[in-house]
Amino acid sequence: MKEKDHIIGQSVKRVDALEKVTGRAKYVDDLCDRNVYVAKVFHADIAHGYVKSIDTSEAEKIPGVVKIVTCFDVPKNYFPTAGHPWSTEQGHQDVCDRLLLTDHVRFYGDDVAAVVAENEVAAAQAVRAIKAEYEELPFVLDVHKAMEDGAPRIHENYSHNILAHTSIRNGDYEAAIKEPGLTKVEGWYETPTVQHCHIENFICYAYMEQGRIVVVSSTQIPHICRRVVGQALGIPWGQVRIIKPYIGGGFGNKQDVLYEPLCAYLSTVTGGRPIKLDVSREETFASTRVRHAIHFHIVSYVRPDGTYSARKFESFSDQGAYASHGHSIAAKGMGCFPQLYPCPNIEADTYTVFTNKSVAGAMRGYGIPQAMFAMESHTEDVARAMGISPYEFRMRNVMPKGFKDGFSKNLNYYDSFRECMEKGRKEFDYDRRMEKYACQEGDIRRGVGMSVFWYNTGVWPISLETSACRMVLNQDGSIQVQVGETEIGQGADTAFAQMAAETLGIPFDMVHVISTQDTDVTPFGTGAYASRQTYMAGFSIRQTGELLREKILETARDLTRQMKENLDIVNGNVVRISDGEVLMSLGELATEKLYSLTDNGHLTAESSYQIKNNAYSFGCTFVEVEVDIPGCRAQVTDMLNVHDCGRLINPALAEAQVHGGMSMGIGYALSEKLLFDEKTGKPLNNNLLDYKLSTFMDHPDLKAAFIENDEPTSAYGTKALGEPPTCSPAPAIRNAILQATGVALNEIPMRPHLLFEEFKKAELI
Amino acid sequence: MYDIKALYEAQSVSHAVELLLEHPHAQIIAGGSDVLVQMREGKLAGAELVSIYGLDELRGVTLEGDGTLRIGSLTSFSQITRDPLIQKYINVLGEAVDMVGGPQIRNIGTIGGNTCNGVTSADSASTLFAWDAVIELTGPGGVRKIPIGDFYIRAGKVDLRPAEIQTSILIRKESYEGYVGHYIKYAMRNAMDIATLGCSVNVKLSEDKSTFADVRIAYGVAGPVPMRAIHAEEAGRGLPVSGQSIEQIGNTVLEDVTPRNSWRASKAFREHISKVLCKRSLAEAVTRAENLGKGAS
Amino acid sequence: MSGETNFKKQYKLVRCRINGVEREVMVDARASLTDMLRNDYSLTSVKKGCEVGECGACNVIIDGECFNSCIYLAVWADGKDIRTLEGLMGPNGELSDIQQAFIDEAAVQCGFCTPGVIMSAVEILENAEKTGREYTREELRKLLSGHLCRCTGYENILNAVEKTMKKRLRES
Repeated sequence: MKEKDHIIGQSVKRVDALEKVTGRAKYVDDLCDRNVYVAKVFHADIAHGYVKSIDTSEAEKIPGVVKIVTCFDVPKNYFPTAGHPWSTEQGHQDVCDRLLLTDHVRFYGDDVAAVVAENEVAAAQAVRAIKAEYEELPFVLDVHKAMEDGAPRIHENYSHNILAHTSIRNGDYEAAIKEPGLTKVEGWYETPTVQHCHIENFICYAYMEQGRIVVVSSTQIPHICRRVVGQALGIPWGQVRIIKPYIGGGFGNKQDVLYEPLCAYLSTVTGGRPIKLDVSREETFASTRVRHAIHFHIVSYVRPDGTYSARKFESFSDQGAYASHGHSIAAKGMGCFPQLYPCPNIEADTYTVFTNKSVAGAMRGYGIPQAMFAMESHTEDVARAMGISPYEFRMRNVMPKGFKDGFSKNLNYYDSFRECMEKGRKEFDYDRRMEKYACQEGDIRRGVGMSVFWYNTGVWPISLETSACRMVLNQDGSIQVQVGETEIGQGADTAFAQMAAETLGIPFDMVHVISTQDTDVTPFGTGAYASRQTYMAGFSIRQTGELLREKILETARDLTRQMKENLDIVNGNVVRISDGEVLMSLGELATEKLYSLTDNGHLTAESSYQIKNNAYSFGCTFVEVEVDIPGCRAQVTDMLNVHDCGRLINPALAEAQVHGGMSMGIGYALSEKLLFDEKTGKPLNNNLLDYKLSTFMDHPDLKAAFIENDEPTSAYGTKALGEPPTCSPAPAIRNAILQATGVALNEIPMRPHLLFEEFKKAELI
Repeated sequence: MYDIKALYEAQSVSHAVELLLEHPHAQIIAGGSDVLVQMREGKLAGAELVSIYGLDELRGVTLEGDGTLRIGSLTSFSQITRDPLIQKYINVLGEAVDMVGGPQIRNIGTIGGNTCNGVTSADSASTLFAWDAVIELTGPGGVRKIPIGDFYIRAGKVDLRPAEIQTSILIRKESYEGYVGHYIKYAMRNAMDIATLGCSVNVKLSEDKSTFADVRIAYGVAGPVPMRAIHAEEAGRGLPVSGQSIEQIGNTVLEDVTPRNSWRASKAFREHISKVLCKRSLAEAVTRAENLGKGAS
Repeated sequence: MSGETNFKKQYKLVRCRINGVEREVMVDARASLTDMLRNDYSLTSVKKGCEVGECGACNVIIDGECFNSCIYLAVWADGKDIRTLEGLMGPNGELSDIQQAFIDEAAVQCGFCTPGVIMSAVEILENAEKTGREYTREELRKLLSGHLCRCTGYENILNAVEKTMKKRLRES
């Protein structure tokens, strides 16, 4: 008998690669009719205030303008936008604070009116011709100022603009800090507002069909989007159909419902005509979502042996103008504090605070890149204060094997942290470089640094985790697979195909994953976020695959008159286990079954699986930098990420995923920051020229390595990898700059502006 | 789709002038990498355009009888970088414009457009200042030539009279002969960026290469328009070629530069970088000057 | 600029060669080359990422050089030879070596920057072949730097272009 081919663990080519290298892959705009009406949003050019009146008379005269809708026209259905699973308990539901268009402007770029026109030129002309009159209110851009007494109130129900405040109290911090002989290390750390910069801007188009509204959208979360469009329009959710084709990246921005509700609404008020809302790059920066800027305060009390006695953590997360994903991001960041370096006595508080800035939502890492910058910069400072090597300090204190988190019930099954660090240390030749760069002088200096990260897979137990899958057997023995989990560039469809092929025992090329999600057709799934998909979808794919396999083997029993228990599917054939004899191909079986005049049937399987588990994902970054001191510049010269994301489904795609995350991490560390004008609240650099995401020339070759400890709770041994690569680069780079120059930078991005100020303070220049 | 009120395509330089006379409010479009962006932003929305993109007579680099280098105003950045005459006589210009944006921008962007928009950060401009470039303009009254320093009036405003177009940029023989230069672009990224500060220098060393016979230092973004660092140049002339002299010249640039505070960078930071770039450019230019003739045929 | 009452639509017949075939169409004078290629010829590999020449997603080859078609007027295309990703496949649908390399090297993720990047790679590879010059990895970085990609960290794209260049130089 031929051995089963294992497809899991093989670097098979992406299922969508051919479409994408030939230009045939259709994205939203490629599918849209060329004569579609074009919608454009009129954004507020004040940071805070009320719209008193809107004069659309000039705009309406422009030839080609079809309709103008203002904040005074839209229904007052407040809706949430976060791409979270809905909760049937009101207390756990996302904050409903958005309207399709608003008369209470809360940030520069807020949506006040919308134009529908026959073409984009008329739409743009009309937007420029609209005049809004405002009653301006004072605005606040800084989280700490927003919390002060008398600060401008951004939302009625939130005193001091605090959306939420949560705490952790473990042990007795106050008593523990009195232990004699402790060293106190304290620091404030600051992370910036950054943007996802998926290369395809947000875009959607909507039309009505048979009295229902259809939205084709560049979204990560079609099924959630359906619910939110229903909520926003005040119509039954079944009246909404969302179709998600290929999308040009998302990174969390498209894990919010963005302009789908408005576009859908505009179609409903223009007789169901197709309407396209194609968001510009400038709008994508200012008016979709950004990453939360967070300000951290950490205090550690350390014993002479380098162990922690007590620790305190505070963070202040800049939510921007609307709740979106809200507090869950800051809370996730705080949640890892007691877990990363366990300590018995902990006081932690985190606040999410409204400001009059662009709305913060989900972005790759979901609070962890921010938290890791603070925590791992702090760890470095503690190690230095104690005179212990940063590597050794982490080895001593980082989460041990067997650690169990009280809340998530996550268990650390392996000593992954240390295995990753050991691997990285060796592959990066860390010790030699540390020594080599220990004492440098001169204008150009090098340094090495490291950082670890902690990450969770999926959202259980905070929210629902579920996936559903459908498989259909074709006449030739191939299958279609459908899941609600979405391909957004990460390679999910390929991983799903590998899983299905593995479970069914059929060749990889006989699995056809349907990439498009259509809420009318696709089984329910919540979508791409929380690095959940290979882990979560794995459960329903495996379960459904086994159901289908059972049905196939039952059919095989009937057709071959062999005992079912003695049959198996191997490489697309029905095989008798005892002697390995190939009895028939799956194609023969399927054809016979589908066309049988006596025992006809169509073999399909469908099932859903609720997952009540979560899995730790770990890793670390090692990096070398070169610092030009007079030039006030730091550049990465070498970088390695090591991950334990469990078993690799597809090593080549995993590695590619890590490269992308590292690149995003480098930009986060060194160059990216969305700036707002202090005087007006206006975003200053909301375009790809002035916002500095890394180009081909801004970082060196990126290296990835893996520790493959099978995740025991997972259907295929795998766990989170999508977001983790972005989590640890920034602190590692900061620590490398510290080694090179002796200057501890507690703020990112560590761009020349900051280096200039800090090097001056340190009298290096 | 751009909000263009009307587009007139010029067939020749004289036709372009005629079109501009006929449509006095029209904006000239060369490569479009600036005009079209501003049109989309709304600044130029609804404008009439006179396209000179098709005027191949304004493309290319030639050497005139008197040794003057003539760079047609529509010559793209990538053409300049590749051009053998540029490489031979003023290679630093080729290097400078090779730092504009990315490859596609360098294929569409023209040196005429880069100077006519009056932007201080233009990568070509500081080098052209350093080489004492002369701007040739053609209009209803014929051709006139003015030093580049006079061409720039204020930020975003150049001396382009009604119905006039820039046709060439000239570098006279006495401006380049015996000079070797270097340009440093200081930007936040290594590609697809505009200069936070640009510094282009060139030097002429004495026969025995022991002293600075002449020093030219030009900046972009050190003031509202590209500029020369007159005091620093003065300080440099006649100094011995040494690291110490370079330090001295570099420190003098603060008498010349007048950068401003903006969200892109502070005045103090730009002043600091002005010195650093000057010193580094001079050091490199000197190295090049010293190597001149060494391995050459 | 609103009062466009006396605005007259302006059209021009644009004749050009697209992916090896002579084509002609009446084009709105306001159209960008991106508009023409996508709307008139359904060449949807030409993507819109920023529409101001900053991302490279709309990159096409015009007379042998790469241009961001978003900031290139369609009327300028008259008489030009234009190539897009759709033109790379052989007559029987064979993939070109660079397309295959993007698949083999896992250089594709969301795929939105891919068409533009591949077209730059085509120009680079043809220049390498023409001149016999093997670009260093640093030179390749610069030659590709007109493209932003948020998924790949550029790593595998560079690998795909570099390997294809070496293979072509070996074979030629």
